[in-house]
Amino acid sequence: MLASLALLAALTALPLFIPPFWTANILGRAIAYGIVAMSLTFLATYGGFVSLAQTMMGGVAGYVAAVLVPDSLPSLVGGVPYAAAVPIALLAATASGLLIGAIAVRTQGIYLLMITLALAMGFHLFAQANIAWFNGYEGIRNVVGPEVLGRPFRDPFVFYYAALASAALLYALVLYVVRTPFGLVLQGLRDNARRVNALGYHAALHRIAAFGLAGFIAGCGGLLVTFYNIGITPGSIGLGPTVNVLVMSVIGGLGHPIGAFIGALIFTLFDTFAADLYDRDRFNTLVGLVFLLIVLASPDGVLGVAKRATAAED
Amino acid sequence: MDLRIHRRALLLGATGAAAAATTGLKTPAVAQNAPIRLGWLTTLEGPFATGGQDSFRCMQMLLEQHNSQAGGRRIEVVRESSNAQADVALARARKLAEQDRVDVIIGPLSGAEGIALRDYSRTLSGKTIVNGSSGASDTTLRNASPNFFRFSTDGTQWMAGLGNHVRRTMNVQEVAVLAGDYAFPYAQVFGFSLEFCRAGGRATYLFSPLGTTDFSSIIARIPRTAGALVVVHGGTDGLAFMTQYAQAGGNLPLLGGSIMADQTMLSARGPHRRIMMGMVSAGPLADVHEEPSWKEFVARYRARWLNEGGFQSPSIHGFNYYTALQGVLMALEQVRGDVGGDQKAFQAALAGLRFKNAMGADLHLDHNRQAVSDIFLNRIEERDGRAQTVTFGRTPQVNQTLGVPEAQFLALGAPSRDNTGCVAAS
Amino acid sequence: MEGSLAVTVALNGLTLAALYFIVASGFSLIFGLMRTVNMAHGSLYLVGAYVGYAVFEPLYDRDAWWAWYAGVGAGIAAAAVFGLAMQAALLGWMQGQELRQALVTIGVSIVAADQLLAVFGGNPRQFFPPDALFGATELPGLGRYPTFRLVQIGVAVAVGLGLWLLLNRTKLGLMVRAGVDDRQMLTALGVNVPLVSLAVFALGAGLAGLGGVIGGSAQPFAQGVDVRFLLTSLVVVIVGGMGSVAGTAVGALLVGMAEQIGQALFPTYSVILTFLIMAAVLALRPQGILGRPA
Repeated sequence: MLASLALLAALTALPLFIPPFWTANILGRAIAYGIVAMSLTFLATYGGFVSLAQTMMGGVAGYVAAVLVPDSLPSLVGGVPYAAAVPIALLAATASGLLIGAIAVRTQGIYLLMITLALAMGFHLFAQANIAWFNGYEGIRNVVGPEVLGRPFRDPFVFYYAALASAALLYALVLYVVRTPFGLVLQGLRDNARRVNALGYHAALHRIAAFGLAGFIAGCGGLLVTFYNIGITPGSIGLGPTVNVLVMSVIGGLGHPIGAFIGALIFTLFDTFAADLYDRDRFNTLVGLVFLLIVLASPDGVLGVAKRATAAED
Repeated sequence: MDLRIHRRALLLGATGAAAAATTGLKTPAVAQNAPIRLGWLTTLEGPFATGGQDSFRCMQMLLEQHNSQAGGRRIEVVRESSNAQADVALARARKLAEQDRVDVIIGPLSGAEGIALRDYSRTLSGKTIVNGSSGASDTTLRNASPNFFRFSTDGTQWMAGLGNHVRRTMNVQEVAVLAGDYAFPYAQVFGFSLEFCRAGGRATYLFSPLGTTDFSSIIARIPRTAGALVVVHGGTDGLAFMTQYAQAGGNLPLLGGSIMADQTMLSARGPHRRIMMGMVSAGPLADVHEEPSWKEFVARYRARWLNEGGFQSPSIHGFNYYTALQGVLMALEQVRGDVGGDQKAFQAALAGLRFKNAMGADLHLDHNRQAVSDIFLNRIEERDGRAQTVTFGRTPQVNQTLGVPEAQFLALGAPSRDNTGCVAAS
Repeated sequence: MEGSLAVTVALNGLTLAALYFIVASGFSLIFGLMRTVNMAHGSLYLVGAYVGYAVFEPLYDRDAWWAWYAGVGAGIAAAAVFGLAMQAALLGWMQGQELRQALVTIGVSIVAADQLLAVFGGNPRQFFPPDALFGATELPGLGRYPTFRLVQIGVAVAVGLGLWLLLNRTKLGLMVRAGVDDRQMLTALGVNVPLVSLAVFALGAGLAGLGGVIGGSAQPFAQGVDVRFLLTSLVVVIVGGMGSVAGTAVGALLVGMAEQIGQALFPTYSVILTFLIMAAVLALRPQGILGRPA
């Protein structure tokens, strides 16, 4: 708890000491994607579900906001102020989480991974094909985000602090929820579903609810990502970004929600600067090899390495 | 393979980059003898990679010709690559502009990326984005950004002359249009239909999703009354369609969009080559064009790149990036390398340029900073023992609205599968 | 839809299903025995197609009649070797850790896609089988129909029969079937499970390679096709039931038919029909149409 607060304080002060590029495009971006990754880490850590539908849930929020808000191009509904559009978008993301949960509720483990991937790709292809609501291949542009205290959202500091505040609140929410009776039942289901069922808890409902919460978290991240990208396209929710979120979570470690942010930060640094250290043409080979290496060396990511290192010292 | 090397290099690189970032902050704004920094952004990953590589080839050739100098200052280049996704292009552009501190970005390659960068350019001050090869019309037509320039013509412009050719010269009343179901083909179909339907033609539209490789059901739906086929597919989809149409014994005259009749298709083997002979298409360039400047350009390109993975002649993407860099270098000469003062003088120079591109076509920018230039009618012929596109017609000074008054053109709405631009003359 | 168009569409659906079956059967086989979700299955398809093409092209230039058959052989062999190497070097020693295996294969697929781009470039390619297989056949009531599509059905039937015989009539098949039911017991009985696993992985990968050459003869292939065939394989085995050859056939048939009918009736949304079918199957029968409850 104390460590978390110290970290938060450090992150709050950090923009004073680093260039704006780092504030917005390294830290801010890592936090925004980290929130989406955390929704996966939450499901995986406490529910045992490795879902590949988290980018899609974030995309639902992004698309709903893009359709509603003023100034977006093309304007499909438009004119709904951010104060209303943001809650509606989060509601939609939560609903999409509940729906995915309901569809996938009877499957587990590797089956769940495959099914959520297939569902996410189905949504991606639908967004690409549909003109009326998604504007097809080009998506919806110029989603600039709300003004905060009279400053535009794209201001590096506004974006960074909005992302940081959201991340801190959601992080606290996750840590709180897993201590509630709901969270305990969820973890019980993960460890021994039969016993928890025997105690009279409704397993399916708990699982669906967990997906709903994950949808809400992913929705928050998805909104930040959409504002950061000044819009959303089917490419934002395609296979690449979907796998990237998994990569972030796994690199960081699926053992604790903080892993998502560590993974996202490593990924962002890598994505931004890899071209400077390696042939631009073969960047993806490097990404794949590093990912492979981490998965091979430590199935529980950087967190796992750290944990083992401390254990060895003791 | 020793993987640890990569990892160590990564760590070193990250700290090095961090150091560079902090020092970069302290350097004063460009001194007059400091190099001008250009950011080159193209697509080196995924299906568009071949076009992206060619963009770099053509620009590098031009830069070498200029000894990496313009307006008395050295030119320094930072290269970046996206994967044809808007989000990735945006992240790369941000890095180029904010971290690498380039003065001008030249890029990107594909449509959705272009629109994303157009929006981003609006948030930049004192920097300019010059479009590479992305061809969506809305990038400059609707909600144009003051510091986004495009020296290449767009997908709609590229079809100029084809509709009239089909209706008037070939005297075809009705065509079937087969096109991919996304923005670029929409723009091309719009450009074709606008001319063709005004000239009294009728068209049936058969769209299929990007990535369709089985066209048998589509081929079965081509109306028997159609007198010609207009095919606006590219890459794998285009090859698949042509092969299957040839196999099905199809024999209608073929007309192609600008990415149909290119070397990707012509150099591939197979039955499609037989039916593609004589195919007419429209676009900003051709393999063979009897213009000294073009012959010289192609010869130079082949001499420089044929042994290093280049094509027989430059691709459309290479040509577009080349033209963009030409514009940038000329404007830099005009302002004697002065990109200070929020680049106002430089941008005014860009906007006021008039020059002949490598095809020998006059080129200038309109009020939206969008190129107005000549478009060529090409026919596929056997030259030097291989299939090549050869120019035989020219539509001079095609603007973005194909000569329709702008207000009227905008009122037609953005091209889409439901808005094909097929409106009869009133 | 006119009558003859309907028959054409149905036949097209059948031929597409045949291709999907060839590719997905390998995925299903590997999953059935080892519970490995091979996310690099699409890469195996592409490796088979590209390596096959590299062998095919020079021979085709010299007008060798057997060029295409050599391509088929090379494609199968290359994919099988790639699969074998993956199982031997990366997956074998983490047997049972399903998620980790899936992640490893994702990493492999990223590297493989990039390396294929580096070696073979981005241009689309297509195989050209001998004229006897590539022309058109006169079908009663339909007119000319591409012969190769009928060949596809023939190959799929041969693959199906071969797998059935292998699984039901050989010792290896016996071990595989026993392994699907109870791995531990198989080990306890003294069977060399790692060796059986290698054999099955090579077989499954080889089928993906075969699919690559057959698919690359029916339609052009290029970068990105790997993702498409991975997704198709996923959906086919989810719909049909994991690890069952008959289920894969049923899944392939449903998906292939749905794609073609969708393309004929509502081309824009045809891709989505497949996913709707999948969601419906999951809702009603989570283990797949012919799958056994987990």
